Amino acid sequence: MFKRSALPVLTVLGVILALWYAACVPMNSAWTAQQLARSGATMTVTETVGAAWSQDRPRLPAPHQVAVELWDTVVMKKITSKRSLVYHGWITLSATLLGFAIGTSLGILLAVGIVHSRAMDMSVMPWAIVSQTIPIIAIAPMIIVVLYSIGVQGMIPKAIISAYLSFFPVVVGMAKGLRSPDAMQLDLLRTYYASDAQGFWKLRLPASMPYLFASLKIAVAASLVGAIVGELPTGAVRGLGARLLAGSYYGQTVQIWSALFAAAILAACLVAIIGLIEKVALRRMGMRQ
Amino acid sequence: MIYVVFAVLLWVSGWMLNVRLANGPHAQSRSIQLLVPAIFGLTILLIWELIVRGLSVPLVILPPPSMIAGRFAGSLPILWQDFVQTFVKGALSGYVIGCAAAFILAIVVDRFDFLRRGLLPVGNFMAALPIVGTAPILVMWFGFDWQSKAAVVVVMVFFPVLVNTVAGLRDTSDMQRDLMRTYGASYSQTLMKLRLPAAMPFIFNGLKIATTLALVGAIVAEFFGSPTRGMGFRISTSVGQLALDMVWAEIVVAALAGSFFYGAIALFERGVTFWHPSQRK
Repeated sequence: MFKRSALPVLTVLGVILALWYAACVPMNSAWTAQQLARSGATMTVTETVGAAWSQDRPRLPAPHQVAVELWDTVVMKKITSKRSLVYHGWITLSATLLGFAIGTSLGILLAVGIVHSRAMDMSVMPWAIVSQTIPIIAIAPMIIVVLYSIGVQGMIPKAIISAYLSFFPVVVGMAKGLRSPDAMQLDLLRTYYASDAQGFWKLRLPASMPYLFASLKIAVAASLVGAIVGELPTGAVRGLGARLLAGSYYGQTVQIWSALFAAAILAACLVAIIGLIEKVALRRMGMRQ
Repeated sequence: MIYVVFAVLLWVSGWMLNVRLANGPHAQSRSIQLLVPAIFGLTILLIWELIVRGLSVPLVILPPPSMIAGRFAGSLPILWQDFVQTFVKGALSGYVIGCAAAFILAIVVDRFDFLRRGLLPVGNFMAALPIVGTAPILVMWFGFDWQSKAAVVVVMVFFPVLVNTVAGLRDTSDMQRDLMRTYGASYSQTLMKLRLPAAMPFIFNGLKIATTLALVGAIVAEFFGSPTRGMGFRISTSVGQLALDMVWAEIVVAALAGSFFYGAIALFERGVTFWHPSQRK
């Protein structure tokens, strides 16, 4: 088991890390060379490499610099501090979760409506599918500003963007899932003289679970992207998106990278949690051994 | 007020018409299947117009569709310039580079089982991350012009295409591969004649996911700095000036570009994978 999966993955990660360290040298040594030309001093190769890995504002921070920054801002700072990544992460996470909850519940409701009403199916479904091909995120700045102008700000606008982004994958996936029982199974229920409601609760809903979880994983990742992008246009001061923006204004590359890694870790955790719930739920339902 | 009453009436009658059409005898015909969503969309637009006018919603909150259409028609040169900057230069070039790179790497990865087992989980992991966050870094590296947008797009489309292509290349049965072996086919012959064609549905799945990501990447990257043109730039500055009709016009452009891009790839797919069950009539 270890040799089959962990060893190759670790090797690939190791190679990526090595490439990263190697890339730091040409990316950052231009600055070092400039400094040297100014002072007239010379440096050996090892010193150049060492300097490339320990600049204050490198073009490409070395992995250990990002790790140190992450450690400093996640563990060493008080959670309430403005410099704590946990604080910023929570701001983004709360908007993400609220938006995800809204978008998912509305998406499931609409999918139920679509499956039960032919008119709704034919009217709404084509638009739901088309909406997946357009970059919905383009409306994020507008939502923020419009809601700001009517006095709503803070978490709600970001949550609305998150909800909007997570809505459509859930509608499409859930509608597919509710339709997944085949004709034989539906006929069986008919021979039992089951009502539509019974058919829904006992067959369609359980059968849709694998589809639901697959789209939930996409939706939660999209929610996080929505919350982060929602922090960009107003120049927010709190949240992971704000850290990215502030970092890019002031050239704080280490801060950008650490915010990026924090976002990545957050996304990975969210997807992993859904995956775990999926595993437990499907096992309890007897759909997976 | 009369507008609002009219909007409600319109909604009810539009919906009744759709219910009748959807449950009517010709519901399966192609024209009805196009007509019903068209009626729905049109009703929404009309109601939007009526409600905005009827309740006199401020223009900085929601402009009516007629005004957006007017702005769209009135500023075609600007919209075209933004489209070229963001879509043709940024998204399209990044898309081509990213997909080509992912495709080549997928072929290499597929050749070596060790690489496949190592890279695939990493690629799957990366595909779920908010990669759009790399935009500020790439803008810093490649400057404000379209090169940085293309770079963001490359990173965004790379992993979905890689993962799908690698999965597709595995999608041949032992029987089929054994058959190729009995023919004495070389690796490259098996690849070209069996495994690549079999992988095409997966590859196109990745390419279709990547179309939306490409546009998202190019637009969001412009929020972090761009020359004074481009869809993302126009959206963020127009929002700042509260010129919401311009924002909506750009959104229409983005929606059209996204749909046509996706449609073009889907059409291409139909030509290449005509043999696949999902494409047969």
